[in-house]
Amino acid sequence: MFNIMRFKYLFFAISLLVIIPGIISLALFGLRPSIDFTGGTLLELQGPALKNQTDIEKIKETIQHGQVEVASIQPTGSGTYLFRTKAITPSQKDKILADINKQLPGTKDIRFETVGPTVGKELTIKAVQSVALASVAIVLYIAYAFRQVPKPYSPWKFGIAAVVALLHDVLVVVGIFSILGHLFAVEIDALFVTALLTIIGFSVHDTIVVFDRIRENLQKYSGKQNFEQIVNESLLETLGRSLTTSLTVLFTLLALILFGGQSIRWFVVALFVGVFSGTYSSIFNAAPLLVLWEKK
Amino acid sequence: MSNRFLIGIIFLLTVAAVFVDLPSHLPRLNFQLGSIKVDRQLERPALNLGNAFVRDLEIKEGLDLAGGTHLTLQVDMSKISPADRSQALEALQGIIRRRVDLYGVSEPVVQTAKVGQDYRLIVELAGVTNLNEAIGLIGKTAQLTFRESVDASEAAKVSTESALLYGPFQKETNLTGKDLKIAKPGFDQNTGEPIVELTFNSEGTEKWADITTRNVGKPIAILLDDQPVMNPPTVREPITGGQTVISGGFTTAQTKEIATLLNSGALPAPVHIVEQRTIGATLGQQSIDKSLLAGAIGLTIVAVFMLANYGKLGLFADLALIIYTLLVFALFKLIPITLTLAGIAGFILSIGMAVDANILIFERMKEELRWGRNRLAAIEAGFNRAFPSIRDSNASTLITCAILYWFGTGPVRGFALTLAVGVLVSLFTAITVTRTFLRTFESNKSN
Repeated sequence: MFNIMRFKYLFFAISLLVIIPGIISLALFGLRPSIDFTGGTLLELQGPALKNQTDIEKIKETIQHGQVEVASIQPTGSGTYLFRTKAITPSQKDKILADINKQLPGTKDIRFETVGPTVGKELTIKAVQSVALASVAIVLYIAYAFRQVPKPYSPWKFGIAAVVALLHDVLVVVGIFSILGHLFAVEIDALFVTALLTIIGFSVHDTIVVFDRIRENLQKYSGKQNFEQIVNESLLETLGRSLTTSLTVLFTLLALILFGGQSIRWFVVALFVGVFSGTYSSIFNAAPLLVLWEKK
Repeated sequence: MSNRFLIGIIFLLTVAAVFVDLPSHLPRLNFQLGSIKVDRQLERPALNLGNAFVRDLEIKEGLDLAGGTHLTLQVDMSKISPADRSQALEALQGIIRRRVDLYGVSEPVVQTAKVGQDYRLIVELAGVTNLNEAIGLIGKTAQLTFRESVDASEAAKVSTESALLYGPFQKETNLTGKDLKIAKPGFDQNTGEPIVELTFNSEGTEKWADITTRNVGKPIAILLDDQPVMNPPTVREPITGGQTVISGGFTTAQTKEIATLLNSGALPAPVHIVEQRTIGATLGQQSIDKSLLAGAIGLTIVAVFMLANYGKLGLFADLALIIYTLLVFALFKLIPITLTLAGIAGFILSIGMAVDANILIFERMKEELRWGRNRLAAIEAGFNRAFPSIRDSNASTLITCAILYWFGTGPVRGFALTLAVGVLVSLFTAITVTRTFLRTFESNKSN
């Protein structure tokens, strides 16, 4: 029988190959928080006169002429432009828009969002709290669901191994978005946190399927095979399912990335990366980790 | 339960779901069959199960899809004593809802929220993109006024506009919301009848004593933003103590509403905007079209994939997937869940998760077949053995949905709800529906 466990250090190395650049990027550049976290204004403009860089520069000058600092300008890919500025009021916005229309007639605002600094701070706190809460809830749940694991194996080890796999996925996604933020100015917003939490759910979903088979096989083969062999066999048995399920989810997400709306594109990209990482970590991290731990 | 019974239930549920899923305006039927001419406009009726459950069965679109304005208002409670703050917040919610209703916004959302020591209101106005107008509507403090009636001869002298607005109550008094300390709903100690109790501050007590002394036997109009709060009560006797009771055959619900309205003038708490999002309707429509296309493509890919991978078993899974889609949409309309872009993504993601249960079961069946069981036994074992994995893994997704719901507002909650509904329905379709189909068709064949 093919022995997956023989390559466990290779699998850990592959994970680190993705995670370490992410952590370096996090340390050097951090993440690019959106106005959801920092507070400020987001203005999306559309118009027949908005064509090239000089038009955009004109708008930037007009906004800054109104004593409003422009933090960044970004084309959306569907002919509109996103302007991020310090927080402005609706009347300020109306005035700026009127000024812009003097130079570039027909320019309309199709999105105008302002977030106050306190709201942003609250979101940050709540985001950290909910990721922590989700992790704790999942350790507890798995320890409960696997309470009938035959002795001498501990249900807590299953729970903690699942959470390590889950943190792996969170690190992969956060790291990749740090790199994306640095290279392509991709921002993280409230939806990114949503994606993270969903990934946590999905990652554990996958891990449980693998662990569940380990539990079943432990009861079946206890005494006849050692722990490592049982885990190996369980992984091989569930491999078909894990790959098939991940592929279907990845297909649907790919359809959303390619054909879905632009405003949730990065949200879906985060889900895509997370689902991929979730399947990988369930098979190649969580289960080998259990084996390593039991060996000690 | 017998299989035939389950088939019946599944069939009925599907038919009911299709009915709920239909748009309210169906295409016009116009054809001729022999001598019978048909020309009818078909309409799907709304659902009405008494007071508690009335649904128009339309999909509720969130602001990111329908276009509109989302506002988070911070309420300045510094001038209001801590004990009265939640009442002031409720009063503010009432007054804003009233104004928004008068303005004609369809299905406005006005929610209260308390974050730490901060009192907030969340206002969602679908279709309103003129912010200054919306803020003007919401931001101004409510004006509570008391007016006395005048004789018919005097009433005839005033302008038509004023006559229309105030009727016989043409005389303004100097008593306003500032003079009212608080209004509370209560019950008459002797008769038990629901009443509203007003408490005036010292200045208000004097003014109120003057007004009531002048108007014994006459009605007094109480207006909020020039709209009557209730039928004008009649003064029975001069009230000098500052404590007033208004009765008039109210129900408890009415006294609560009146007290809330009076308080919105009495507890003036200024608001300022801490978060505001306005999304144009065109952007929303594009998003819907694109997401629906993506959903249809995703669904097709999954269906083809299942068919290619599992052959006839896949066909049953696809059938279950179609029923799944119909049921989920019906539930969106029934609950109702406000659909946002993130919600659509949650739904599309749940399609992938919906087939996961089927994949688990089918993979298990393949294994059981490999281990030498016959086909029927393998089907049963596949369902039974796969069940613990399905249960445990979906429970973890539901836990994260609950945390997401707690974490988020608006779009995030929409996502959590759609995902949770999707997971729950998928358990039913992937397990019960698929198993029933398989039992029915497989047992017919092999026996």
